Amino acid sequence: MSIDRDTALELYRVMRTIRVFEQRAEQLFGENKIWGTIHNYSGQEAVAAGVSAHLRDDDWITSTHRGHGHCIAKRADLGKMFAELLGKETGYCRGRGGSMHIADTSKGNLGANGIVGGGIPIAVGAALSAKQAKSDRVAVSYFGDGGANQGAFHEALNLAAIWRLPVIFVCENNQYAETNPVKDAFAVDDIAVRAAGYGMPGVRVNGQDVRETYRSAGEAIARARRGEGPTLLVMETYRYGGHYFGDPQVYRTKDEIEAWRTKRDPLLLAREWIVGERLASEADLDRIDAGVDAAIEEGVRFAERSALATPLELPDEVYAPGEASR
Amino acid sequence: MTVQARAPAATREMFYAEALGDALRQEMRRDPNVIVFGEDIAEHGGAFQVTAGLLKEFGKERIRNTPISENGIVGMAVGAALTGLRPVVELMYVDFMGLAMDQVVNQAAQNRFMFGGQARVPLVLRTQGGSGRGNAAQHSKSLEAWVAHVAGLKVVMPSTPADAKGLLAAAIRDDNPVIFIEHKLLYRTKGEVPTAEHVVPLGVADVKRAGKDLTIVSWSREAVFAVEAAAKLAEQGIDAEVIDVRTLVPLDREAILRSVRKSHRLLVVHEAIKRGGYGAEIAAMVAEEAFDDLDAPPKRLAGLETPIPYAQHLEKSVVPQVDDIVRAAKELAG
Repeated sequence: MSIDRDTALELYRVMRTIRVFEQRAEQLFGENKIWGTIHNYSGQEAVAAGVSAHLRDDDWITSTHRGHGHCIAKRADLGKMFAELLGKETGYCRGRGGSMHIADTSKGNLGANGIVGGGIPIAVGAALSAKQAKSDRVAVSYFGDGGANQGAFHEALNLAAIWRLPVIFVCENNQYAETNPVKDAFAVDDIAVRAAGYGMPGVRVNGQDVRETYRSAGEAIARARRGEGPTLLVMETYRYGGHYFGDPQVYRTKDEIEAWRTKRDPLLLAREWIVGERLASEADLDRIDAGVDAAIEEGVRFAERSALATPLELPDEVYAPGEASR
Repeated sequence: MTVQARAPAATREMFYAEALGDALRQEMRRDPNVIVFGEDIAEHGGAFQVTAGLLKEFGKERIRNTPISENGIVGMAVGAALTGLRPVVELMYVDFMGLAMDQVVNQAAQNRFMFGGQARVPLVLRTQGGSGRGNAAQHSKSLEAWVAHVAGLKVVMPSTPADAKGLLAAAIRDDNPVIFIEHKLLYRTKGEVPTAEHVVPLGVADVKRAGKDLTIVSWSREAVFAVEAAAKLAEQGIDAEVIDVRTLVPLDREAILRSVRKSHRLLVVHEAIKRGGYGAEIAAMVAEEAFDDLDAPPKRLAGLETPIPYAQHLEKSVVPQVDDIVRAAKELAG
């Protein structure tokens, strides 16, 4: 699968957007403008960008507590995302959900999830909807190495496999489940070997190289659209920040973080690839960066100018009123 | 919505289990998005034969046997409901709810709210609880208070075959997650059930027996016991009104208050353990709203604080029986 110039630049733009979004969100957090907690996706950008590049607006994803990247890659509105973090009425969840519950059902994003592994069976249910409707829609479930150790992972993968559902399980192994390193949480080196136990393909992918994430996801998604069932993709990646903003990170060294940042950064690798293969020049990429910076600032301005979330209207916000609107 | 007819045109005597199956058939014919899945529900027809015959009519795409994966199948139902289907999941015993609790409580119940109104989760989780069959502690509990405590869930517990059919139809048409708790000893009880489309709205209590001396509020099997107890009380000159709330969430507060304002005495009866039980909610609600109408403190009669024991005589000793209700009512109104 060769990657054309437009696709390459779009992959880069999405990754850059995620990176700058997270930097800006941390800045807002530092300014005490964000009430709750946030989980930084920086370092993992190639995963969300490479996978979602193959998804249509009518395909579904389920995401995680570290979900900003998945949301952006599924073409979310940056202003509505920042507004949600700031507790504004214009936010995706009208300030009811916050960072860990951002959803955008108009784009098939069935939500970030504060419960590790919570979204995995939900994606299987979306895939069941696709199959019942005899459509070629697919569902992608993003989860981490932590999520892969939940019972929900086991039950969901088995259900998807026995019914050959169009779902792609994207395990982002960012090397730490909260503070617990993968070597202390798995007796196998390659999480993808678990797929064999469910009777589905399992692929270990270099999650820092967007060409690899793009290619592997493309194959898995095409397979699902053809009705050939689920795939487990294990993206080997790295979380630059702590588990949460302010995490003292006693479980890893600065050298380790620095090695990933300098040698395996997905944005640096993408620039090298794009410029090296003459798909675009450094100047072209700098122009994309400037466009991203402007879009991010516009999003922040939108959020800051928006009104605070309105008071709750109970019970209708909790319970859908009336009979089915069918 | 078709409201329960006062004098249904055509009825047939059915078992409670059969009436539930009738509701599933009615709703599956009406809406192709209704699908049913759970353990042993297809060829086998379900542990209590509620789904018997459905596979033949609707096929294996809509009547799906699942592996024993409670959290997975409830989570799958959440995802299916979020994306346009109206799944009805059978959870064989309410005691297995613990295995699925994350999906019930953190996902299904809260998605609509957390997403700022972007989502609907029209799913029904059918399950059954209660004691009386020697199934012992892991297959006999009454856990309605667990789910009634969670914002975002509706909780339904029918006591008669007609209510079972009408309430299940309403639950399936509802756009919210509904926990529908049947009782294992009611499946083989019989009653007249409307044969035509029958829908009983959620949140409307039913006066199972009118009376003036005290109000007995109950649900599920204990509502049946309460009606039997009321007949015995009548022989002793006590005229009890029996209100079957039918749905715990939403609760028909007005029906309870109306009755208490007439009878001035409240007895709440349920099989679940008294401590933290839903009876406390009803007693407290009446104390808050109708204290001046009461001639005696609200009284609760409920299960003892113990896991359900196995031996038949022990099992009966821990949940209210008909004579216990008679005794409690006489203490209150005698």
